[in-house]
Amino acid sequence: MHHASNHKITSIEQAVSKYVSNGAHLSIGGFTINRNPMAAVHEIIRQGIRNLHVYAHSNGQGLDQLIGAGCVSRLEIAYSGNGRFAPTCLCFKRAVLERTIQVEDYTNFQMALRFLAGAMGVPFLPTYSSLGTDIVEKWGFPDQIRLDEPKLASKKLVVMDNPFSRDHETEKLVLVPAIHPDVTIIHAQKADATGCTRIEGLSFADIDQAKAARHVIVTCDHLVSENELRKDSGANHLPAFCVDAVVHIPHGAYPTACFNEYDYDAVFLEQYQQAAGNDDTLDPFFQTYIHSPADHAEFVAMAAQNRLESIRANPVTGYADRMKRGA
Amino acid sequence: MTTYNEMEMMIVTAARELENGATVGVGTGAPCAAAMLAQKTISPDLVIMFEAGGISPDLPEMPISVGDSRTFYHASMAGSMGTIMSSCARGFVDYTFLGGAQIDMYGNLNSTAIGPYDSPKVRLPGSGGANDFASFCWKMMVMTPQDKRRFVEKLDFLTTPGWLEGGDSRKNSGLPANAGPHKIITNMAVMDFEPDSKRMRVISLNPGYSFDQVQENCGFELLRLKTLPVTPAPTDDELAILRDQVDPGRVVIGR
Repeated sequence: MHHASNHKITSIEQAVSKYVSNGAHLSIGGFTINRNPMAAVHEIIRQGIRNLHVYAHSNGQGLDQLIGAGCVSRLEIAYSGNGRFAPTCLCFKRAVLERTIQVEDYTNFQMALRFLAGAMGVPFLPTYSSLGTDIVEKWGFPDQIRLDEPKLASKKLVVMDNPFSRDHETEKLVLVPAIHPDVTIIHAQKADATGCTRIEGLSFADIDQAKAARHVIVTCDHLVSENELRKDSGANHLPAFCVDAVVHIPHGAYPTACFNEYDYDAVFLEQYQQAAGNDDTLDPFFQTYIHSPADHAEFVAMAAQNRLESIRANPVTGYADRMKRGA
Repeated sequence: MTTYNEMEMMIVTAARELENGATVGVGTGAPCAAAMLAQKTISPDLVIMFEAGGISPDLPEMPISVGDSRTFYHASMAGSMGTIMSSCARGFVDYTFLGGAQIDMYGNLNSTAIGPYDSPKVRLPGSGGANDFASFCWKMMVMTPQDKRRFVEKLDFLTTPGWLEGGDSRKNSGLPANAGPHKIITNMAVMDFEPDSKRMRVISLNPGYSFDQVQENCGFELLRLKTLPVTPAPTDDELAILRDQVDPGRVVIGR
């Protein structure tokens, strides 16, 4: 039941243990190295959740860590790269080659439309994207997965003729199936206790990802008063009834960037890349940075060392215009 | 005249394709540098768009991902992926630059996998917005090193549509008519596509290269114009702006 209430404020431990179970269908907000809900990702890893089915467009860092930690068994995705840090995310690449995850490839527009279909409550949306290409021809999931898993669409996609064409013209379209994640987790700059949420800067596909989901966890850099968000309601993105849990976590997207708050931490992201190439280095990395810290604040302090000031966003530009941008 | 490297040559060549007032969807790296250079030279009103949602930024410095906060500095709009992709689908975007691990003679691109899809030798990031940009932007361009392993007879996975199998095949596929690959810009030459067959055709040679060298570094037979002009070298002004304003950190152009 979705309803506005003031009882949504919770801890990340409780939000994840309540809404992210083994085998859950999950989507996370953000794009490559930007505004990923990293505190939530770390908590999923810490709780040892397994067999997640993840829906992703270009989700980047958070997704790659979930894969690296062994939390993901199936993935529907458009892009697994991380800007300059990884042309192809390393854990994703290893998991595909070692066949520890099963992958279905779509395009970014298709994934955006699939979330929009979910948000609209319709079973599919049409597009011309992917006509003529192997996105249509080559399917990743074995048929059995779709037969066995009632939450999945019965097909990757369907090519059909426009039913509104006149005069026997044929006009082909690709129908892509709606997504309804069990839970979507996004990180926003601001939310209030009722769940009303405001994203500053690019929204990526976060809003439709949230509206399409059965449950939504919002982590936020600032927990603000209901009145503050009501003062400029045109700037808000999610009404309270869409949101189940609100978790106040300063630097909740760190080490990815959060517009107007902080930039990505190039040094730490590079440390991750150095560790992500194999389990012998990745396991201790996760032990140090995810399992050992008492909470996200302790992780940030440990990971960022003396760099927090240098990645703080300039209030004029919204990003850190004097930071060191490579490792 | 100032000396220049091949990456600078490619960026300058690409920038000259973008006329003032045009719209272009770009990613990061060399295409972004080309768009920034065009904006600071011949096309002050170039509208640059990034697939994560940034529209018409001033781009004071090079973004390192398409969702980077720098992609919407002083922008007219910071939207969503849907904002950008639906704009492309409605025909608002003139140009895009794309790339891939493999390209074939019709300008189709592979950025998904090398080897069989179900048991790849190399897994690549996937389409992202490349398939969508190539489906909808009117003129798709590619900047890539000329290399036999890249220019292949047959793609292992057709991620991003070029002219598909040539001729009318793209139109017949149902993709929007009259959109498709426009120019391929390499370190050795500039190619377009012969209008009927839609096969890749060399139209100019970069300074110091012969047609034979281009052909030797290509895994399929290239068409060519009978007389091949030399691609104009970068001017001192273009190089100065590229080095001092577009990429002072030499992230893309190298040192």
